[in-house]
Amino acid sequence: MARRTFSIGGIHPADGKISRECAIKALPLPATVHIALSQHLGAPAKPLVAAGDKVKVGQPIAEPAGFVSAFIHSSVSGTVKGILPCQDLSGNRQNCIEIAVEGDEWLETIDRSDTLVTDIPEDAKGIVEKIRLGGVVGLGGATFPTHVKLSLPPGKKCEMLIINGCECEPYLTSDFRTLLEKGEQVVVGAALLKQALGADQATIAIEDNKPEAIDHIQRIVGQMRAKNPKYAGIEVLPLVKKYPAGGEKQLIDAVMRRQVRSGGLPIDVGAVVQNVCTALAVYDAVQKNKPLIDNSVTVTGECFPKQANLLVRVGTPLRAIVDYLGGIPEEAAKIISGGPMMGKAVANLDAPTLKGTGGLLFLTNKQTKRMPESHCIRCGKCADACPMGLEPFLLYRLAKAGNMEALEENAAQDCVQCGCCLYTCPAGIPLLDLIRQARSQVMGIIKARAAK
Amino acid sequence: MTSTIIWTVVIITVLGLLLALVLYLVAQRFKVEEDPRVEEVENALPGANCGGCGFAGCHAFAEAAVKAPDLDSHYCPVGGNDVMKKMAEILGYEVREKAPMIAVVRCNGTCEARPRINEYDGIQLCSVKAELYAGDTGCSFGCLGCGDCVAVCRFDAIRMDPSTGLPVVDQEKCTACGACVKACPKRIIELRAKGPRGMRVVVSCANQDKGPVAKKACANACIGCGICFKTCTHGAIVFENNLAYIDFNKCKLCRECEAVCPTDAIHGINFPKPLDKPAVKARIRERQKKAREAVGEPKKMEEKNNG
Repeated sequence: MARRTFSIGGIHPADGKISRECAIKALPLPATVHIALSQHLGAPAKPLVAAGDKVKVGQPIAEPAGFVSAFIHSSVSGTVKGILPCQDLSGNRQNCIEIAVEGDEWLETIDRSDTLVTDIPEDAKGIVEKIRLGGVVGLGGATFPTHVKLSLPPGKKCEMLIINGCECEPYLTSDFRTLLEKGEQVVVGAALLKQALGADQATIAIEDNKPEAIDHIQRIVGQMRAKNPKYAGIEVLPLVKKYPAGGEKQLIDAVMRRQVRSGGLPIDVGAVVQNVCTALAVYDAVQKNKPLIDNSVTVTGECFPKQANLLVRVGTPLRAIVDYLGGIPEEAAKIISGGPMMGKAVANLDAPTLKGTGGLLFLTNKQTKRMPESHCIRCGKCADACPMGLEPFLLYRLAKAGNMEALEENAAQDCVQCGCCLYTCPAGIPLLDLIRQARSQVMGIIKARAAK
Repeated sequence: MTSTIIWTVVIITVLGLLLALVLYLVAQRFKVEEDPRVEEVENALPGANCGGCGFAGCHAFAEAAVKAPDLDSHYCPVGGNDVMKKMAEILGYEVREKAPMIAVVRCNGTCEARPRINEYDGIQLCSVKAELYAGDTGCSFGCLGCGDCVAVCRFDAIRMDPSTGLPVVDQEKCTACGACVKACPKRIIELRAKGPRGMRVVVSCANQDKGPVAKKACANACIGCGICFKTCTHGAIVFENNLAYIDFNKCKLCRECEAVCPTDAIHGINFPKPLDKPAVKARIRERQKKAREAVGEPKKMEEKNNG
């Protein structure tokens, strides 16, 4: 069988997965956590606690403020110090609930045992409700509330659930470790999601630079399918290693050979995509009553002496992670939260982790310094690399001219901000910087027009 | 040969005259009636097409002004009162004088006062930088220093000062069109009354953090101590979100706030003499003492605090 991948664009950055042998270890509890009220796409949650309240691990401390919003749970036990604005990793103020950690007392309703619960409940609505109560959000990067994604618009049918195990970002290995160490749970989570969506098929897509994970999951899926008919229809699909294979639209293209139209949603072509870690969080929320209070974070970089995959409670200051592993190396010039392609530079190391924090990457000056900008030589590499089939050189010039109409005609709103154009540009033109801004402006115009 | 030339000339001439007649008739038939005053008004306007009036350009402004019942909601900031008077003459309206305005940068976080805590190497545009993060200093409210305001100014009235990293407004050239106000993603530029002989007092800071945080980020920040608010006898200072703001309609230019500000965040501009801080402070103390004596209850503690 031909090796599968998405059809247009893409790049092959160096893999850099030097932390792949590091098993996930729990980070010791910090003294204080700051749990942000806005760590999902949509409206910030409304706090349910006040200063002085005692909380336990897993207790809801904020409730959704609107349909597209999510529950937030305490990741530690202790006393609420207050609700105050603190700086996030970009230095902007975000409202956070500050909790002083005292011991590690969990809610009694949470099943903390290691027993694997493989029974899949019949009731789809019940599964979605448990996911909502568990505060599960998409852990692939966008942190879109999972229960909203599972509530299909009327008249739509999900044919295929895709579990995204690509982890196409270089350096990151937390999804890979999760597949290896929590493979059974991920598969059960996939079955739960499949049941909730009423889908017939589910595909766990994994890039072929992770052969151990592919074998491991294939074996688990085989065992499960033999035991329980609910697991029928779950397949494992190896994909060619190519960035951005884990992009939602690219993944649908690679797995189903279908294209999501501009401005459309995956469900328009009968697909729903969920990340591996989301599947694990779904398993925890539905089978174990454990809300989303921790996530695995890859801490890596060639200049970083200790590679690690850490299980970190939500709200832990980034500094606590770095200090635990021996502090910032001298050569490190830039710290990135997430992967090198789409991650965000950390401007404030005191910022707390969020539900969606997946990696902390240390890069040296040589690795991260941009080359000086020169003139476009019309080589067209950016257009070849763009996985959305856009023409970044053109969008860049239109954005410079501020021509919003032409930007919309040339689909600037379809940009997925993967950074392939910037990566390939031999002239060092900051294509993505400007296109990203133009994209949000065009999307604002489209939204304003739709609201009229 | 000669006759060919003659015929050519005759035919072309006749054809030209015929077509001219057609054009004339068409022009008469489809004539667009425009108020002749629109052109007159447009000629009186500066012709910068800057959009500072809120219209697409000088022509659109002239059209709107001619149609409007009065000139209260129309004002050309570039031309100022002179142009408005001329317009009023043409249109036969009354015009109310407006105080001339000027763009003021509400940030004095110079390179020394506001240390850089990280380095930004993306595209040098404030708008892009502001979307990415809070900025390369500890202050998330201050100037980002990429000069979006300079790029939009059509009058060459604003430039970046390399020694401070902050924009400087040229008092003479600024027309208060407001383009820089709109361009600044941090909203630190505002239009203020120019003041008598250009004299004005401004809080040159937009930081809304609490005192210690603001002070740590920038030595020149307004720390929200509220001393200026308590000192001002004209009720000109608005104190909100840990930040003082001077209402230019109420300010009487006494400069007392400037003298008491512990971080020198309040600036007096274009005053003929430098501020004699001790003298002004003594004046304030004297007045407060008298006020307490008038009430009849001398409070020693308060005097200490205010001293």
